[in-house]
Amino acid sequence: MAGMTKLREPSRANAPYDIARVRADFPILARTVYGKKLVYLDSAASAQKPRQVIDTLTRVYEQDYANVHRGAYYLSMKATEEYEGAREKIQRFLNAKHRHEIIYTRNGTEAINLVAASYGRNFLKAGDEVIISELEHHSNIVPWQLLRDEKGIVVKVAQITDQGEVPVEHVARLIGPRTRLVAVSHMSNVLGTILPVAEIIRLAHAAGAKVLLDGCQAITHLPVDVQALDVDFYAFSGHKLYGPSGIGVLYGKEALLDAMPPYQGGGDMISTVTFEKSTWAALPNKFEAGTPAIAQAIGLGAAVDYVSALGLDAIGEHELRLLEHGMARLSAVKGLTIYGTTPGKAGVISFALDCAHPHDISTIVDRSGVAIRAGHHCCQPLMQRLGAPATARCSFGLYNTTDEVDALVDALGKVREIFG
Amino acid sequence: MDDLRELYQEVILDHGKHPRNLRALADATCSAHGRNPLCGDQLTVYLKLDPNGIVEDAAFEGRGCAISVASASLMTELIRGKTEAQARLLFEKFHHLAAGEGEDTVPPELADELDRLQVLAGVRQYPVRVKCATLAWHTMQAALSGAREVSTE
Repeated sequence: MAGMTKLREPSRANAPYDIARVRADFPILARTVYGKKLVYLDSAASAQKPRQVIDTLTRVYEQDYANVHRGAYYLSMKATEEYEGAREKIQRFLNAKHRHEIIYTRNGTEAINLVAASYGRNFLKAGDEVIISELEHHSNIVPWQLLRDEKGIVVKVAQITDQGEVPVEHVARLIGPRTRLVAVSHMSNVLGTILPVAEIIRLAHAAGAKVLLDGCQAITHLPVDVQALDVDFYAFSGHKLYGPSGIGVLYGKEALLDAMPPYQGGGDMISTVTFEKSTWAALPNKFEAGTPAIAQAIGLGAAVDYVSALGLDAIGEHELRLLEHGMARLSAVKGLTIYGTTPGKAGVISFALDCAHPHDISTIVDRSGVAIRAGHHCCQPLMQRLGAPATARCSFGLYNTTDEVDALVDALGKVREIFG
Repeated sequence: MDDLRELYQEVILDHGKHPRNLRALADATCSAHGRNPLCGDQLTVYLKLDPNGIVEDAAFEGRGCAISVASASLMTELIRGKTEAQARLLFEKFHHLAAGEGEDTVPPELADELDRLQVLAGVRQYPVRVKCATLAWHTMQAALSGAREVSTE
């Protein structure tokens, strides 16, 4: 794992990461499960929430709640200010050029579906090509298949290497005159691989194609600068970023979002409505029909504040230590296979044991308080490529410790005890 | 650990590691493919019914967790020699047992079979695992009904 340290050398200038203080911010980490201390290693599925986010939700509902963008009264204006203020926090977090390039969605899945339905349906024609990769989550596969069935577009799949990488050449060899969009993960939720997105974006742009990044995993582990990347669309969910569920984000370049028709119709997204014709509101409201997830958006703003205060570089370094410890400890476990071994990966380790199915592993370690995911992780095509119908997966968040990794390894000993 | 031993009883571990009737039936009269979308596990159940509707042979192919493989293995042993109606009824009773849906009346001719299935009763403590235990049975029922595909969702 020496290569991993070389890739992202921890900076010594920062104050040491105060993990005890961080953990104290997460009330749920104090609870027990089956009488055992909770060891939560499933943040890639959904992260736990800091007190700052929980308190924000409570405060909004207790003090500052009303519908947004409507009432000419104090509370509605206050709620609107906070709701739009959160958008501005997210804008800064992503370094987007404009606040209105941040579109609230329900989750990452809806953000991708918005692009497929609005951009895809209107700007892609039969025979146009969308390139995805073999390691995509179902949410970045199925929307393009729906579009293929409706419009006759072609979906091409960039292959992964045995280490779980998507080399830029694998994308390059699929790019042709009909390529219109490259839609790939920034980071794999199963293998932890961070894709060479800067190169992919340059390559796609040189061919006249747009790029959508599924940032649901990456957004929690590394700093994302959408302007530096020059990415066209960036999608992520709030609940993986220590925010509430029910809120997600689509970043899109202004010119693209402006050219795109609405995704859904309803209140809040119109300028004028008559029975003959309606006109659309300006960005971002054009894409936010109906009463949005108000408190959740404000809660996501609090989560962005929380993560920003810790600093994604510091979080990344902390998680890298967990990853190195986890890779070392787990690869020493007898009969254990790790899926995804590229040095350029972040805090996710998928594995299998020779003696037990991932479901059995998960059930057994759960009794020791250790929460890990087992299954296909919404990546059935990737599972086929790996030749494993399912894997067990531990994933790290900013609150995990090396002791918790050790607790997982100890609990795996019980699996061996039972299954021999 | 005791709770886990109750779930992973020796019989389950044995059938999970050394499943009986793990093969395709070339002369099957019906078969079906079952999948558990929750975990991606899938298996195929093959049945050979004689002209009187009695299960002459039963087998399965597939991979899965210890619970699903053990349940499939036990099922192929238990439904052999049963009528189609008895096989369906056994599933119904087993479903009650696995889901922990209270006391049930069991016809005497299925009492021994249901008794052997008691080893799987531990899954009732683990709601998400009930589907593992019943996947093969759903698939068997689908095969009997002439369906080719079945999903536990």
